[in-house]
Amino acid sequence: MSDYILDKAYFIGVIEDLVVLAEEKKDYFIQLDSAIGDGDHGMNLSIGFREVNKNLEQWKTEDINTIFKNSGTALLDKVGGAAGPLYGGFFMKFGLPVKGKEEVTFDEFIEMMESGVAIIEKRGKAVVGDKTMVDTLRPAVDALRKAYKEEGLSPKDAMKKAAEVGAAGSDSTIPIIAKKGRAMRLGERAIGHRDPGSASSAAILEVFYKNMP
Amino acid sequence: MKRFINDPYDVVEEMLAGYVIAHKDYVELLTEGEAQGRVVLSKTAKKKDKVGVIVGGGSGHEPLFLGYVGPGFVDAAVIGNINTSPSPDPCYAAAKAVDTGKGCVYLYGNYAGDVMNFDMGAEKADEEDDIRVETVLTTDDVISSENIEDRRGIAGMFFVFKAASAKADKGGDLDEVVAAAQKCNSAMRTMGVAMSSPTLPSKGGPIFEMEEGDMEIGMGLHGEPGVRRGKIEPADKVVDQIMEPILADLPYVEGDEVYVMVNSLGATPMQDLHICFRRVAQILEAKGISIYKSIVGCMASSMDMAGMSITLVKLDDELKELFDHPCDAPYFTQI
Repeated sequence: MSDYILDKAYFIGVIEDLVVLAEEKKDYFIQLDSAIGDGDHGMNLSIGFREVNKNLEQWKTEDINTIFKNSGTALLDKVGGAAGPLYGGFFMKFGLPVKGKEEVTFDEFIEMMESGVAIIEKRGKAVVGDKTMVDTLRPAVDALRKAYKEEGLSPKDAMKKAAEVGAAGSDSTIPIIAKKGRAMRLGERAIGHRDPGSASSAAILEVFYKNMP
Repeated sequence: MKRFINDPYDVVEEMLAGYVIAHKDYVELLTEGEAQGRVVLSKTAKKKDKVGVIVGGGSGHEPLFLGYVGPGFVDAAVIGNINTSPSPDPCYAAAKAVDTGKGCVYLYGNYAGDVMNFDMGAEKADEEDDIRVETVLTTDDVISSENIEDRRGIAGMFFVFKAASAKADKGGDLDEVVAAAQKCNSAMRTMGVAMSSPTLPSKGGPIFEMEEGDMEIGMGLHGEPGVRRGKIEPADKVVDQIMEPILADLPYVEGDEVYVMVNSLGATPMQDLHICFRRVAQILEAKGISIYKSIVGCMASSMDMAGMSITLVKLDDELKELFDHPCDAPYFTQI
């Protein structure tokens, strides 16, 4: 599998699809966040990715890291709230392990995912079970590594597995009490509701998978 | 939805555009670079050599935060998207705009997104401009947690802003301004009740479902849960249920002197607020607690949410002096 390469076109395709995703799922994320937060998650992702989309064309000549860094900065600047620093941070750190590169190996891709997820864990100070996007992202990136390096799955199948594990991680937020963010104050009333951040994270992983060659 | 908006994506920008024209004697909008058009700056900021007082948070709580920018009061308000904290760059830009070399303080409610963004703004101000920025989180909502440091900040933020701004205006240094804000925060408790959800412009409807005729005692500014939901009761009964946890928590006791605020969450009329205030005064009188001053009005709203909150600040000579210090902002003047 060492000849498996993800090129710049793949990553640009991912970002373009995330722009589409943010619009398509806006009302769904608003609805999830209305139940246990303050309803802003869908609108905020939409605001952020509209800003990314406005500038993406001119970033396309840059290397992978710079494209993601610029996208992350746009999210951080335009969104605010918790989603801005968290998803902004994810994108800003995502390309850091492959600085200057125009294409990456799958091993490098796994490091990129790890780099992005690590900053979300750090900034949000969240762990699995807190009812946040970490419930999706941490098990997903662990599954990705294991599926590719230990279980011998192909890159695309490994990412498929990661997306599935992420989706299950989002499902796992439904029956639990939140320990972070605004939903934390809901106590038992958060039970029965999916964490909106975990849902958007699962949807983002799906985009990374679906675009893989 | 009974709201006047145009494109939901333009709500914040259009509000700010109107605000700075309506109050052009007091404020201007910082539009360049990092400020991103999200910093409402007092025209008197930097006219005096003093600690900079910066407040902020999501839109939808007007007149919090922008209404208190003006001479003797707050120097700058950083404005986020609806119910969403501002991003780090405008927080940083505000510090740069108001710092006179004496440092700045960020004052806001205790919400995860606000903490992340303001902390990043403070780091940047320190790293790039060597501006010392301290933070005081407001935690007045008595019902939101057993632990005081986990509580959210709601209408009582107004008093923290006032106390810190007065201290800064009187020439206090950064540590003294921080201490004044902390002292006010510790001396203050708030609790609210809601009877409807605010309507979210982006959604075109309510954030959460609430049956017509229901109320929720203890509900937060964004619809965070309270202690119980049930049918709307007479005003006096509602006030009794709010005052009891407030009075017990600090506790407020016989001989105390308090500043009282009865605050509309947006859709509750002045008439009802005064009916509630009347009951607050009766309860305090029965307890031997005297009212020094009162505010009855809309100071921290949640768009068109029906409901109100009650805040009590236990006073000492220093806090009285700070609250009585003159200030002049579009939504609060103290002569």
